[in-house]
Amino acid sequence: MALKNIYDVVVVGSGPGGVAAAIEAKKNGADDVLIIERDYELGGILVQCIHNGFGLELLKEDLPGPAYAQHFIEEMLSLGVEALLNTMVLDITPNRHLFVSSKEHGYVEIEARAIVLAMGCRERTRPQIRIPGMRPNGVFTAGTAQRWVNVEGYMPAKDVVILGSGDIGMIMARRLTFEGAKVERVLEIQSYLSGLSRNLVQCLQDYNIPLQLNHTVKRIMGKNRVEAVEAVQVDEKWNFIPGTEEIIPCDTLLLSVGLIPENELSRKAGVKLDPITGGPYVDETFQTNVPGIFAAGNVVHVYDLVDWVSEAGFEAGKRAAQYAISLRNAEARYIPLKAGKNVRYVVPHKLDKSSLAQEDIRLQMRVTRPIEQPVWIEVHDGENLITRKAEKYVRPGEMVTVVLKTKNYSDVSKANSLTIDINPR
Amino acid sequence: MQEQYDYIIIGGGVVGCMVARWLSRYEGKILLIDKAADIGMGVSSANTAIVHAGYDPLPGTLKAYMNVKANSMWDQLAGELNFPFERRGDYVVAIGDEELPLVEKLMQQGKQNGVPGMVMLSGAEVRRREKNINPEVSGALWASTGGICDPFQVTIAAAENAVMNGVTILLETAFEDFIMQGKRIIGIKTNRGDFLSRWVINSAGLYSDEVMHKAGIRPEFKITPRKGEYFIFDRAEITIDNVLFPVPSAKGKGILVTTTLHENTIIGPNANEIEDKEDTSTTKAGLDEVAAGALKLVPSLNLRYSIANFAGIRPTGNAPCKTPGINYKSDFIIEIPDEVEGFVNLGGIESPGLTSAPAIAAEVVDMLRDAGEKLVEKKEWDPIRPARPRFRNMSHKDRQLLVNMDPRYGQVICRCENITEGEIIAEIHSPVPARTYDAIKRRTWLGTGRCQGGFDMPRVVNILSRELGISPLEVTKRGKGSEFLFRETKEVEE
Repeated sequence: MALKNIYDVVVVGSGPGGVAAAIEAKKNGADDVLIIERDYELGGILVQCIHNGFGLELLKEDLPGPAYAQHFIEEMLSLGVEALLNTMVLDITPNRHLFVSSKEHGYVEIEARAIVLAMGCRERTRPQIRIPGMRPNGVFTAGTAQRWVNVEGYMPAKDVVILGSGDIGMIMARRLTFEGAKVERVLEIQSYLSGLSRNLVQCLQDYNIPLQLNHTVKRIMGKNRVEAVEAVQVDEKWNFIPGTEEIIPCDTLLLSVGLIPENELSRKAGVKLDPITGGPYVDETFQTNVPGIFAAGNVVHVYDLVDWVSEAGFEAGKRAAQYAISLRNAEARYIPLKAGKNVRYVVPHKLDKSSLAQEDIRLQMRVTRPIEQPVWIEVHDGENLITRKAEKYVRPGEMVTVVLKTKNYSDVSKANSLTIDINPR
Repeated sequence: MQEQYDYIIIGGGVVGCMVARWLSRYEGKILLIDKAADIGMGVSSANTAIVHAGYDPLPGTLKAYMNVKANSMWDQLAGELNFPFERRGDYVVAIGDEELPLVEKLMQQGKQNGVPGMVMLSGAEVRRREKNINPEVSGALWASTGGICDPFQVTIAAAENAVMNGVTILLETAFEDFIMQGKRIIGIKTNRGDFLSRWVINSAGLYSDEVMHKAGIRPEFKITPRKGEYFIFDRAEITIDNVLFPVPSAKGKGILVTTTLHENTIIGPNANEIEDKEDTSTTKAGLDEVAAGALKLVPSLNLRYSIANFAGIRPTGNAPCKTPGINYKSDFIIEIPDEVEGFVNLGGIESPGLTSAPAIAAEVVDMLRDAGEKLVEKKEWDPIRPARPRFRNMSHKDRQLLVNMDPRYGQVICRCENITEGEIIAEIHSPVPARTYDAIKRRTWLGTGRCQGGFDMPRVVNILSRELGISPLEVTKRGKGSEFLFRETKEVEE
């Protein structure tokens, strides 16, 4: 696949939000739509979410993550959306140029009339919740462990404590149990569950995995690999309650302590972020403060259900297409004025064709070299002469002027560009 | 048959690697051993990355002499070894009027030590230079020769240059005892067998006391580990690009606010004596202490934007200063002791040890020469360790050129720090090969960003497995016992 220099809509990220945006962008008249994915397959995080529970609202079906993703990926590809895999977007400028890097296409700059940001979110890590102790191997986010188990096919854990009752944590408790690991317990610092109740029943209670509310990890032990964690009960202000400490031997601590919209790229593009959601400020069309840059899905705020992410993607994609089309139409009104034979430059550089319907337009230029004999100043569109003007001579030191008249409008309106040549008479 | 060397260096921290690099200039067979899976994993693995001007150590001590002498060596060193180094100067900040005399005293001490380029600044001038400073600042000492470096790369670059010039490095090789012939050391015993050598150099950092005791030297010398804890911040949220020290106290130079050359603000360290030399744990009390210290200098620091905590350990010795009339109890040991032959003894090299390392290495060469070593310069000695491409620091145009030359540089593996597959592979096949996740992390800064490796980890494990020709199950974070993975899925143990 050869990359184009300019696309109507470029979507960053091929998770549910990005794929939905690409589908609706295409359906709403965007010509060239490109979706960029950093992994080696489309689908974003859904690829590793092999549990079910996806699609109940939108598809009225209970699907595993990859099947839900595949449903929309197939629709997207059949519409003719171009997809780049193994490709990282490294920079976006406020005027919608993207710098992207991959082995296959190298390091390239792509222009977009509209962009949909769909980078999703990332997991909070150990330092963000400041768990003291040693720094051995074996402290992973639940999502990283999920990737290892479900995509790479490896077990990063045998004996596990999970901190945080987020959905990914509870789902991984069940998944690791299936694979023969022992999940000692799930600790939650809050007095309530942070994920969905159905996951408490289906992932913990059904497998006799204890959940301890008002508990957290006070300390991590082990030099090279986790050897134990020290759990402790907390009061309502999250202060440790002395005397409630308990050392739980384990080789792995999984963290499921929250998600943060991933907006490093958005910042580079000048997108303003809401400190509460961590995502861009958007209007009802999911447009950010930067014109033509839209955002959809977990990159805006963290959703509970994938179906809602898809719906947000549909809206953002549709609006991005509308923006791109209006920009494309505006661009089509303009044609460039080109310096041809013996012309160094022409001012103006481009022309709004519609304005010629209202009034005459004066073109001014300088010549490259003198011609000391009568000449024609000829304005043509590459095939047809549109107007010409006679001069006795031309010299670089003397500016040359030619006027496009309103009567030339019908000829000019069909042109893609105008070139000015100077030829001896 | 046991291998015969001219010089064996015990310990591949910044001092050992610098000594190896200095000695590699001369004819002779050199071996450097380290017990860890990579060089620079002990004391050198965690510090504040500062090249000190030299106003802090007590005048007359070896610490003061080495610090000031070494400081002026860093420009050439950075140029030859191609590691990141910037001489941006540092500040010792007085908060409130009562701290001002202490800063002035420090300036006098600096002058006594021979530190050039120091000046006292008014509170207003400090506020102008650092907008985040505590508004109650009353003045500061500005030392223009203070610098910051990437300390991992300093150690690695010195080791690589040593290897380029013929030094052998053996990792996961632990010193066990000396082989003596009368009062002459003729070799060492290790977990990987015996090695003979005409000279053995002790640069074992935290374990330098145990090593010298095996040779019967300084039985009263003891390393007391002193732990220092740190926070690192997200560069997108907090950007303090000055090096700000508080006034020093009995516990040391105090908790400072500084920046890495990767533009991450960093705060720390506190200083607490501990028992266990391997105890690099952070503690809640310790981190709270660091935060309070840093907030005194920069009250607006928001801990919410911290992306990592870590702890380092200083090998504080109890060697008295040899200069008559100077009452100082934890000076560097840099000596060829009389009691045994064939032994160069370095001990208690704590801060300003990183700064002093090149001067200590040069001193080791001088001491050997004084002891009768011929030290014939090699004709082919090459002082230059070439830099490798760093994608993240390049312009769009340079990135394009690099990726055109080698498409592996187009595959970004670490999303936060933009480290590419090409860079990782280059480190795995470098003169001192990176064979663990942490070895790659410390060479490239991969995995140090906001997501703390969550994205890159499975990918790096795959690359290490492929490039080293080992199973992903054998890939470790920092050597044996720190594997990432236990088994394949669906392979349930009984």
